[in-house]
Amino acid sequence: MLRQAVGGEREVEVPGSTVAEVLDNLYDAHPAVKAQLQSEDGELHRFVNVYLNDEDVRMLSWLDTPVSDRDRILILPAMAGG
Amino acid sequence: MARSYQDVLAGARERIPEIQVSELAELLESEDAPLVIDVREQDEWDEGHIPDARHVPRGFLESRIAGIADELDAPIVINCAGGARSLLAGVSLDEMGFRNVKSLAGGFSRWKQDGHDYTVPSTLTPDQRARYSRHVRIPEVGEEGQLKLLDSKVLLIGAGGLGSPSAYYLAAAGVGTIGLVDDDVVDASNLQRQIIHSNDRVGALKAESARQTIEGLNPDVSVKVHPFRVDQTNVLELMNEYDLVVDGADNFPTRYLLNDAALMTRTPLVHASILRFEGHASVFHPYEGPCYRCLFPEPPPPDMAPACGEAGVLGVLCGVMGSIQANEAIKMLLGMGDTLAGRLLIYDALSMSFNELRIRRDPECPACSDGAKLEFRDYEAWCAGERGHAEAPVSA
Repeated sequence: MLRQAVGGEREVEVPGSTVAEVLDNLYDAHPAVKAQLQSEDGELHRFVNVYLNDEDVRMLSWLDTPVSDRDRILILPAMAGG
Repeated sequence: MARSYQDVLAGARERIPEIQVSELAELLESEDAPLVIDVREQDEWDEGHIPDARHVPRGFLESRIAGIADELDAPIVINCAGGARSLLAGVSLDEMGFRNVKSLAGGFSRWKQDGHDYTVPSTLTPDQRARYSRHVRIPEVGEEGQLKLLDSKVLLIGAGGLGSPSAYYLAAAGVGTIGLVDDDVVDASNLQRQIIHSNDRVGALKAESARQTIEGLNPDVSVKVHPFRVDQTNVLELMNEYDLVVDGADNFPTRYLLNDAALMTRTPLVHASILRFEGHASVFHPYEGPCYRCLFPEPPPPDMAPACGEAGVLGVLCGVMGSIQANEAIKMLLGMGDTLAGRLLIYDALSMSFNELRIRRDPECPACSDGAKLEFRDYEAWCAGERGHAEAPVSA
């Protein structure tokens, strides 16, 4: 569902030095993503997982986790289909 | 001039030290128990063998030893019936570089004669030996592993997209008892992916339809049909009857219910979920690895989480992910390999790529952390987004 919000892309390149900055820049470039990831009070939804490379940012420094040039951020919504 | 059998045997005796039955019996009780390899033929082994011995017929010793003994220094004792074949087998292992090989003097006959314990193995029937021959030839499975599968009980939640291929492969593999929980009936729109059903069973109960297919495939499998929805009144009793659960549910309330019940009953859970071109898979080992709520602490609201019925799913994706579940289930039943515990496997059928994420046990996990108060809740209400109402857990 997220892919539709970024024009069908699987990966997009976004600048930023922390996870929070990257997400803010992502929202600027693709405003439709914001509603899917954030609640009205600006908090990241608890049902959305964000990974820096292969590690959950909850296990790192959450949104303050520093990000460098070649890092990959993965946004993972839960799915229930079977 | 040709060397006689006696000459060859005498040469072997010079190279391979012998160990007496009493000494082996003592060693097997100690912490330095050697690996015992029994090189007799199948029919001899079937009549009884030293407990914990591994069976590798003499003719397969060199080709199969790699899956059984990996360290060249590890102590190995070879036995046969009388102590001759084991000496010759010892020479072969010696030539392969194994440096700590002994031959049991007098073999299994003397072991039995001297009154030591021995095991009479349960064995595959000739039909089973033929049916599962490709499994039995794998050193990590072998006849022992196949017998273990025949003795195993797996519960499948859902006989749909994921349940069809996983039930199919588990049945073919000879998992002896397969439980199928599904209250739904076969619809024509299922047949694009739910390969265990067929056109002539449209309208039949899915669990019943799957039972018919499995029984046609493998008479060794006993199928238990549970044609109802799993809920908090029946889930614990169900899970307690099985060794592990394969989660092929199609909704969040059931997935969270299964996770909590798996923790309560300490039953391993093989997870997968699918949508469109994407599949997730993992293994949740209660209290040893992360659980589903360590991964997803809260369900998404319904409008953020479309089901396959609305968003669609590629049929063959079910085959890939359901087969991965069957693969992980078989590994766990046999205790071999590395499972997906602690990892989330993500498969993208469009780009044909597999990704892996690390999942850790969440020290704050509302379900499996030390301080968690694990109780059933109203999963339907909770997943429908009625937070205030559902935060208070309801008891079973």
